[in-house]
Amino acid sequence: MSATIRESAAAATGPGPMIKAAAVRKSYGRLEVLKGIDLQVDRGEVVCLIGPSGSGKSTLLRCINHLETIEGGRMWVDGAVMGYDLKGTKLHEQPHAKICRSRVEIGMVFQHFNLFPHMNVLENLIEAPRLVLKEKRPSATARALALLDSVGLADKAKAYPRQLSGGQQQRVAIARALCMRPKVMLFDEPTSALDPELVGEVLKVMKDLAASGMTMVVVTHEMKFARDVADRVVFMDDGYVVEQGTAQDVIGDPQHERTKAFLASVL
Amino acid sequence: MTIMTEPKKTASAVDEYSIVNARHPGRWISAAVIVFLGLLLLRSVVTNPNFGWSTVGMYIRDVSIVRGIGVTLQLTVICMAIGIVLGVVLAVMRIAANPVVRSAAYAYVSFFRGTPVLVQLLFWYNLAALYPSITFGIPGVDLDANAIITPMTAAILGLGLNQAAYMSEIVRAGILSVENGQSEAAGALGINRLQTMRRIVLPQAMRVIIPPTGNEAIGMLKATALVSVISVPELLYSAQIIYARTFETIPLLMVASLWYIVVTSILSVGQYYVERHYAKGGQRSLPATPWQQLKRFVRVHDPLALKGAKK
Repeated sequence: MSATIRESAAAATGPGPMIKAAAVRKSYGRLEVLKGIDLQVDRGEVVCLIGPSGSGKSTLLRCINHLETIEGGRMWVDGAVMGYDLKGTKLHEQPHAKICRSRVEIGMVFQHFNLFPHMNVLENLIEAPRLVLKEKRPSATARALALLDSVGLADKAKAYPRQLSGGQQQRVAIARALCMRPKVMLFDEPTSALDPELVGEVLKVMKDLAASGMTMVVVTHEMKFARDVADRVVFMDDGYVVEQGTAQDVIGDPQHERTKAFLASVL
Repeated sequence: MTIMTEPKKTASAVDEYSIVNARHPGRWISAAVIVFLGLLLLRSVVTNPNFGWSTVGMYIRDVSIVRGIGVTLQLTVICMAIGIVLGVVLAVMRIAANPVVRSAAYAYVSFFRGTPVLVQLLFWYNLAALYPSITFGIPGVDLDANAIITPMTAAILGLGLNQAAYMSEIVRAGILSVENGQSEAAGALGINRLQTMRRIVLPQAMRVIIPPTGNEAIGMLKATALVSVISVPELLYSAQIIYARTFETIPLLMVASLWYIVVTSILSVGQYYVERHYAKGGQRSLPATPWQQLKRFVRVHDPLALKGAKK
């Protein structure tokens, strides 16, 4: 099975899938958290990664934009190997500047929002466009305000993150990522730190984004969201992809024992 | 009218008992003891002729003393500036990925923190004995150490480089106080490391860096007295020159001390308000300033108001 996937992975460097992981391995010291992950995310596809904590979902997500280095296998984003240059038979880690350029294409939303608390909402949004894309303030501001409007926070441009609710902060974080005009969005448990009544407003923004055709990889415990929005659900456990398929198949009719046990505990 | 008075009556029935706050006799006694001791101290200061208050009055605005204050302030500002700039560089080096860079910063900090600043000052002052000519290892550069290392440059190097070691620890603590998620979020947006440090991490670290830096500035002002040993004409040395001639040691030390107190008090007030300014992001409401506390105390303990409450 892994041989066939590696073959297809080798062929998929062109304008094929948006993200492709082939036999990706990652360890923290002795602890191996990713034990050879094969995954493909097509353009415009919404993929939800589910699984128990410690299964490697978040680590896999962080490998996609090279917040984590990998120890084996390869990760492609938009046809290019992420974080490494192939020279002969060796993959050399890229200089930081080049990794930064690749990350422009990949938006990321964190569990704890990670907004910049010393800047107001608008400044949070235009900081990276100005520093990284060297964009002029007026054009960045115009796009930022339009994005804030689309996440329902047009009136909060001058507010500071501490003055916002968790749900509002996470919507700002999504707008901040979108302000870089990414080709793909990564969500790392975007609603896990929120009060239950605030989860809905964030999920709505994510649904709108999915409907607009954005490629999304979402690590989540929101099974309803996965069922409603995901084109594909990937169940991970203990560093492996155990099972994947449509939400109906994986969540509605799981085949693997571990998937069944996990879903029984969360549903 | 009758309709108005009726509800008033029921209200006064509830109001019949007035509330009396607890008395604290212990507080009054301890305050009285402290005031008494304070008065004793004040009496000895005023009546002991050895303080030589008239001499103090004579020299307090002496030209050389005022010039000494100027040198003291100048040294404080220059040495703090060197300390802060070099301290930030050292702090960033301390958390660098390169172990050699990290160790170099660590070695610097341990050397300058591990030796008394007085010894360092004497070393700089006697640098010519160690390196008679300074070449920096560059051909063609040959500077006479005796000409370069004046008492003032020795003082600036000694105090400034020593201060950098302490500032680096303060800045490092500030940088470490900013949670890692901030750098990660900046990295995920494609912001490079230098920009992340400058735009994201350091501005947030300021809240932790500012208060101890204010302390250090006040400490530096007093530490400048040390350079009197290498005959820099700062405040203490200026006083020493005068009493070496007139033998009015205590009055002139009083002159110097009074000026140190005046300047450090001004710096303390400044520090207090700078700290308050940088605390704004962190707390929902700021604690009252001493002035506000005093006004509140007067309002609460106002005898007229108390009388009114008893009625």
